[in-house]
Amino acid sequence: MIALLLPCLCAGLCLSLITGPLGTFVVWRRMSYFGDTLSHAALLGIAFGFLFHINLFYAIIFITLILAFGLIWLESQKQLSVDTLLGILAHSALSLGLVVISLMKDIRVDLIGYLFGDLLSVTWEDLYQIITGVALVGAILLWRWNDFLYITVSEELAFSNGINIPLTKLILTILLALTIGISMKFVGALIITSLLIIPAATAKYYANSPEKMALFAIILGMLSILGGLCFSLFYDTPTGPSVVLSNTALFFITLLIIKIRSIIKTKLTIKGNAVVKK
Amino acid sequence: MSPLISLQDVGVEINHQKILSQISLTINANEITTILGPNGAGKSTLIKVVLGLMSPTTGTVTRAPNLTIGYVPQSINFNPALPITVGRFMHLNRQLTKSAVKQILALVKADHLIDEAMQQLSGGELQRVLLAQAIAKQPQLLILDEPAQGVDVNGQVLLYDLIANTRVQLKCGVLMVSHDLDLVMKNANKIICLNHTICCTGTPAAVANDPAFMTLFNRGAK
Repeated sequence: MIALLLPCLCAGLCLSLITGPLGTFVVWRRMSYFGDTLSHAALLGIAFGFLFHINLFYAIIFITLILAFGLIWLESQKQLSVDTLLGILAHSALSLGLVVISLMKDIRVDLIGYLFGDLLSVTWEDLYQIITGVALVGAILLWRWNDFLYITVSEELAFSNGINIPLTKLILTILLALTIGISMKFVGALIITSLLIIPAATAKYYANSPEKMALFAIILGMLSILGGLCFSLFYDTPTGPSVVLSNTALFFITLLIIKIRSIIKTKLTIKGNAVVKK
Repeated sequence: MSPLISLQDVGVEINHQKILSQISLTINANEITTILGPNGAGKSTLIKVVLGLMSPTTGTVTRAPNLTIGYVPQSINFNPALPITVGRFMHLNRQLTKSAVKQILALVKADHLIDEAMQQLSGGELQRVLLAQAIAKQPQLLILDEPAQGVDVNGQVLLYDLIANTRVQLKCGVLMVSHDLDLVMKNANKIICLNHTICCTGTPAAVANDPAFMTLFNRGAK
């Protein structure tokens, strides 16, 4: 039992280390649709992986990177707004992936598994790949953290302080593409974005600095991986969606705590005022 | 003394529309140069060209070697989901020590705001903090794009005083865009009237009597 669960638990906890901080950038830079597009493209990667008999892990990363570069190029053309372009790319990539998979008659692909992920199928070998990927993304993220934050606050200010804007944006996009590529097999194409966004959004309510928000997002992500896995194990529910739902639960609990706190605060001030009046 | 920046015959076109044409100007150290002009005259575009954020379609921009520029944007919209205090914002510039940040914030009378969230600041406070980050690296040239927008009258006077003081202390050149004619006339050394091209330029006294300036600002009647 433990032996079955251990690799996927380790994988999930490891992934939280980078989805937390990257998720904060997705929230700050309003890139959620961008993440969706990349993850839909990941499905196309799987299709091509099967088609050309490449390791799926590398195929996904390769396709998401190509799409990331394509997006940056299209964005620089300034003919259509970014969300329109993303909409075109996301659904075209997803559809192309599904069509290509259905055309390969001799291969039966577990589509549901790729759409919603299968955390429990993680092997020790997968885990080594994840750890390598996480270490790489994490190291670059730490190294460039201040630059990423600077261009998020203001590109103009960052520029006047000598930061190379296109390069920094490109690195951030590549990190996001890599992260989605790495996590895809475990949480699935359709819900990877929520794994990025929900912990970051929840962390916002507890943090008073960008660094704390990233740290809290990591912790919240880990908690929901634990909760989701346990739930999935006991009730035999799909793992990816269970993890997302435990994230959602943490988010609403947080909203509730904030609400109760503010009610108590106003009551206290009313009482305080009453005392002063006496 | 050689100029900090000089523009030669600069023109900018965006989507086949001429925003700026035939702009030639020099910006010198220890001098406040102010750009005046109606809305849509291309003031912000000119600032971007000087900064290097935008490259001109025609003409050349020559900068002094190793020129350091401090920039105060019109305003910054902080995403409410990004929790960041004034202190952390200042530390985005990694060369600054804690005591240096305190010192600079005190200079712009904002040291009491250090633990405040950037989103909570009033218009005047935000502009002072932005000024602080611009002067923190002791620039040779300070560029401000309508620094007094959204700032109340007292705040505006304070802000212009701070800018004038900064120039004296750092001996830097100042280039700014402004709307407020009276404050500009009092504080600037040189005025550039801009309406897609340079209408007139010179000292405040000379420009005030220039017919091109009067038509641009309807001051002839006064």
